[in-house]
Amino acid sequence: MSAGPPLERQAAITGIGQSDVGRRLGRTDIDLTIDACLDAIADAGLTREDIDGLATYPGAGTGMAGFSGPGTPEVQDALRLKLNWHDGGAEGPAQMKAVIAACFAIAAGAARHVLVYRTVTESTVQGEGGRQGIGGSGSGGSGGVPRFSGFLQWTLPFGAVSAANWIALVGQRRVHEFGLTREQLAHVALNGRRNAALNPKAIYRQPMTLDDYLAARMISSPLCLFDCDAPCDGSTALVVSHVDYAADAPHPACHVNSVGTALRGRPSWDQFDDMTTMAARDAGASMWERTDLVPSDVDIAQLYDGFSLLTLVWLEALGFCGRGESGEFVDGGSRIALDGQLPLNTAGGQLSAGRLHGFGLLHEACVQLRGDGGERQVPGRHEVAVVANGGGPIAGSLLLTRGSG
Amino acid sequence: MFANGPSIRLLPRLDDDNRFFWTGGKDGVLRFLKCGSCHQLVHPPVPVCPACLGKDLAPEAVSGRGRVHAYTVNHQQWIPGSEPYVIGLVEIVEQPDVRLTTNLVDCESEDGLIGSDVEVTFEQHDEVFLPLFRSVDSSKESNS
Ligand SMILES: [Zn+2]
Repeated sequence: MSAGPPLERQAAITGIGQSDVGRRLGRTDIDLTIDACLDAIADAGLTREDIDGLATYPGAGTGMAGFSGPGTPEVQDALRLKLNWHDGGAEGPAQMKAVIAACFAIAAGAARHVLVYRTVTESTVQGEGGRQGIGGSGSGGSGGVPRFSGFLQWTLPFGAVSAANWIALVGQRRVHEFGLTREQLAHVALNGRRNAALNPKAIYRQPMTLDDYLAARMISSPLCLFDCDAPCDGSTALVVSHVDYAADAPHPACHVNSVGTALRGRPSWDQFDDMTTMAARDAGASMWERTDLVPSDVDIAQLYDGFSLLTLVWLEALGFCGRGESGEFVDGGSRIALDGQLPLNTAGGQLSAGRLHGFGLLHEACVQLRGDGGERQVPGRHEVAVVANGGGPIAGSLLLTRGSG
Repeated sequence: MFANGPSIRLLPRLDDDNRFFWTGGKDGVLRFLKCGSCHQLVHPPVPVCPACLGKDLAPEAVSGRGRVHAYTVNHQQWIPGSEPYVIGLVEIVEQPDVRLTTNLVDCESEDGLIGSDVEVTFEQHDEVFLPLFRSVDSSKESNS
């Protein structure tokens, strides 16, 4: 397609860090972020003087309270970083945007060691009031009643107020078109819960059975409570370095092999050309277009599970099975188990380990490639991992390979 | 029997681009922007035809008939006081790649909803007329 290897191969993840993760930690977002960032810098064998780039997703003030974490200016100032490059924002290939931007900044020579972080304090800020819709963000109606513009005007009047509803439409279409069953979908959640039992930081670690899953209350059919991820507090950070530092890093580097960034269909939850899939289809395709590796080379998959159904969409989008076949792929759970053909969401995913919003999955991919998974380490080969983030019109993916060391 | 929608209707903010759509129910018709050059329906409204890049776009009435492409029964109390209601994704018969997220009303069962034929019915809130859809068969029954 292009001359020479793709530029993202100039980048490698050399350090990973994470704050405490939990429910209602009662700590501020900047407090958690500093813990994660300092952890990642030390893990990379660096000091803050080495960090010359900084990136986050989605940037300060985006979304509901507790969703965005601190912006890059706040983190730069707290750590007095001297930056050659910085970036924070929400538009792009999902949460992965911050990592992918860092890779390209490194390849362009704009920075050498980029600190990338993602912080949520949704549990503390939103309390235990349960999953929230997004209906509180409008303005401009008469008598103090908010009115809505943009995409929300097309969904909120009909009570389709949450991504749960928009994704449920895709789910019900998949039930109709592919015969997806709740028993199949359950295995994404059951697999996550099984793995979370081996992750001391996970939010939900008690065993869950298929009967527990089937008995859970419906949120928006076919999605029940256990198909929705668990809001939490926590910060995850990575150091993305120029690849020529990889051999000097204290831990095996996770080399960026290719990135999935495409959006070729309409950027819409309800006008996408194929309502059984999403932008993930395009991001996944574009990732494989940039590499000679193929899906059967992947040893470990960390696929976004903000809702269980998104994981099914990603399994197909990344070519692990054909269109419509993901329900059968996960059925029974053995294929996606730690000792299966494609170990999936090995730390419990967002459904059980907590909604670290994509970056928990990214962190776990690096842990597994390094072989540091402890009780939950994937046995045997752990050379290639894929991480995917996002749902609906936002999607990004990353193919990582294990370096020597 | 499911509810016809949430307990409270959150409403669109009308502007010069969307007013024709949200007020069409006053005349009992559903309207979409249509390209005068290539006759494509364009939704949501934008000032250019994405197919031919023509700028000769104007609201045009459609039949109000559609087909259910997908649905979900919402149970969560995002909006307090709501009973379970059916969110539908309806294809417009004139151009099935134009879809509306809406409510399927007078809906007794979710069996066989996908692929079923529906027609628009409007629910007025101030100057806004929300396009909802009901089964073509059940509307015949209620009219008889
Ligand atoms: Zn045209």
